[in-house]
Amino acid sequence: MRLRRLSAAALSAALVIPLVVACGSDEEPESLAGTTITYWASNQGTSLEHDASVLQPELDKFKERTGITVNLEVIGWDNLLNRILAAATSGQGPDVLNIGNTWSASLQATGAFLPFDDETLAAVGGKDRILAGSLSATGAPGQPPVAVPLYSMAYVLYYNKKLFAEAGIDGPPRTWDELIEYGKRLTKGDHWGLVVEGANISENSHHAFTFAQQYGGDFFDADGKPQFDADANVAGIKRYLDFMGVHKIVNPSAAEYANNQSLSDFASGKAAMLLWQAADTALQSYGMNPDDYGVAPVPFEEPTPPGGRRINSMVAGINIAVFAETKHKEAALELVKFLTSDEEQIILNKAYGSLPTVQGAYSDPAFQTDTVKIFQEVLATTAAPLPAVPEEAQFETLVGTAMKDLFADIASGKTVTEADVKAKLAAANAQVTSS
Amino acid sequence: MTTTAPKTPTVEADAVRPPQRPRMLSRSARRTLTPYAFLLPALVMELLVHIVPMAVGVWISFRSLTQFYIRRWSEAPFTGLDNYRVALDWSGPTGAELMHSLLVTVIYTVCTVGLSWLFGLTAGVLLQKRFHGRNVMRTLFLTPYALPAYAAVITWSFLLQRDQGMLNHILVDQLHLTDDRPFWLIGDNSLWSLIMVAVWRTWPFALLCITAGLQPIPQELYEAAEMDGAGFLLQVRSITLPLLAPVNRVLILVLVLWTFNDFSTPYVLFGGSAPHAADLISMHIYESSFITWNFGLGSAMSVLLLLFLLVVTVVYWIAVNRRRRDA
Repeated sequence: MRLRRLSAAALSAALVIPLVVACGSDEEPESLAGTTITYWASNQGTSLEHDASVLQPELDKFKERTGITVNLEVIGWDNLLNRILAAATSGQGPDVLNIGNTWSASLQATGAFLPFDDETLAAVGGKDRILAGSLSATGAPGQPPVAVPLYSMAYVLYYNKKLFAEAGIDGPPRTWDELIEYGKRLTKGDHWGLVVEGANISENSHHAFTFAQQYGGDFFDADGKPQFDADANVAGIKRYLDFMGVHKIVNPSAAEYANNQSLSDFASGKAAMLLWQAADTALQSYGMNPDDYGVAPVPFEEPTPPGGRRINSMVAGINIAVFAETKHKEAALELVKFLTSDEEQIILNKAYGSLPTVQGAYSDPAFQTDTVKIFQEVLATTAAPLPAVPEEAQFETLVGTAMKDLFADIASGKTVTEADVKAKLAAANAQVTSS
Repeated sequence: MTTTAPKTPTVEADAVRPPQRPRMLSRSARRTLTPYAFLLPALVMELLVHIVPMAVGVWISFRSLTQFYIRRWSEAPFTGLDNYRVALDWSGPTGAELMHSLLVTVIYTVCTVGLSWLFGLTAGVLLQKRFHGRNVMRTLFLTPYALPAYAAVITWSFLLQRDQGMLNHILVDQLHLTDDRPFWLIGDNSLWSLIMVAVWRTWPFALLCITAGLQPIPQELYEAAEMDGAGFLLQVRSITLPLLAPVNRVLILVLVLWTFNDFSTPYVLFGGSAPHAADLISMHIYESSFITWNFGLGSAMSVLLLLFLLVVTVVYWIAVNRRRRDA
């Protein structure tokens, strides 16, 4: 009996002492070992499985280093915002998640995400190492960022070098008039000069933004009130729609493209030009030889319309956020720090064909190519973030849908005038102001 | 184990012993309450899954619940009937769009239910007489109803693509019915595509119900009618349809309610955002709330839809029952 009591006491002591020691040292990552957190990743690769195969080895590496287990879920774009919304409403969500950077201001308004004030930013590596352009798309101005930039992208013009050579064209167009002229020379039979993703609402809204910028337009005024039907916005959007309607360099079938058919059309040579974000990985997965296509900055309007800005892309990208209701804040911030570290930024952006958001990663030779230099220059000099207002999501949906309907009208043979475009944008505008 | 107590005069014993409190409910109470006990789980589930969320939805419709308040609903500002006013203002853009989607949905429902019922009736009547391969045909016809919605409708969206889709391949490339490659997923044709896919999915259910309803009809009636010289169509009109009336009454109501609220078919067919010509009210409400994050307005529209369908159901029920009483 005495022996049993002694053994019990020894066992208890043996169990308690390490706990006391561990509780004492809570600043080191070792104390986070054994934590499990959930991470919702977005679809950056060619498929959800591809994303998982890229991320899992890195998360295993993370576990080895910190002892934190990460439960990964890759969510497609058609579902991600709904899932985030449900998580924000119910308070039950992941610990760490990717968000489209254009959603930053809208999600910031929900208050469901951890604000990255200076102290929190310092905990994940500090503000100074992040590219200024990427940091500009992390929430409303004057408020701490709602997320940290993770992958960076911009729109560029992809052009088929072979088809260009066959048509006797030297190089990529630099203005919209040149693009139309080349497009007409490249359009014959069932081959088209340009392809657009006409039924994809996000794509439409992104191009609407760029064209409106070139015409000096803004979709929200200085007070943040919507003004979708301002003349400059109408002129910009009409210019984009006219590629199909007036100049006929776009396949009318593109009015129903919403599942990246543009990529397969470009890869198969059915279209000679494409305005897209980082498409290299996808084009190669469709079997296109990288030597057959070239990359150039998106053209500008020449001559510059009054008030027009030298912008040819939105600041596209993915940010990584932490859920405010997380029960594992330190572990979540460790994961953010890991994924935005120079080493991981190189690995992940190489895999996805996107650009690192931290200066330190650009030392890698993979980011010294001509293509990357074009992306970098666009992001640094001629890209602007979408309006950082809570109604940004409504802008994307309403204006994108209006353009989808206009493309459908054009494709069915109807003539679409500036008045038609203005009327549709005015209706979209009224839907925001009435609610 | 029972012990037999010694016999004692019972009258005396009852007079002395005070009345015992029943340990369980009396037999008659048990008989009355047992059915309700069986119903209780279903009632609780019905409350939790249907009634309570509906009540919350009505509560949301009186508030301005946008992205600012989704984390703390109780703090969303009370806006009274403002959401309803916006939804019902037919001169304003939101109200006009809602009215348009209501009209589109009415056309969609009438066409889908009408065609589904017609096909179901035709197939049901023709498959009444036993013949070789009847069961195979019945199984084949029921397949669309058994397929999961997403798989079936997404396949249709591939078939209906303008350039690569099989429908245009047959119509334009092989049969040369038209030179102009028509659009099926955008533009004015989109409503007819949606109706076609919906009928394809719905008519097997009508076939099922009508087949079941035809079983009790005695064969002698048809034989008697034939002897009197009635042709096939006359037999259907005077024997089949009247005797099917109870089944038809419920079938049509159920089909109308399901079709009116159909969300998965347009959502999958049009990839999340419907073209203007095929803007069904369920999709429209989804786009007005989830996509623009204005849940108050979406809830108000849902409540209006609920009231509309209630009125339709009540009117329909009165109409068919009055006819029955007159007959």
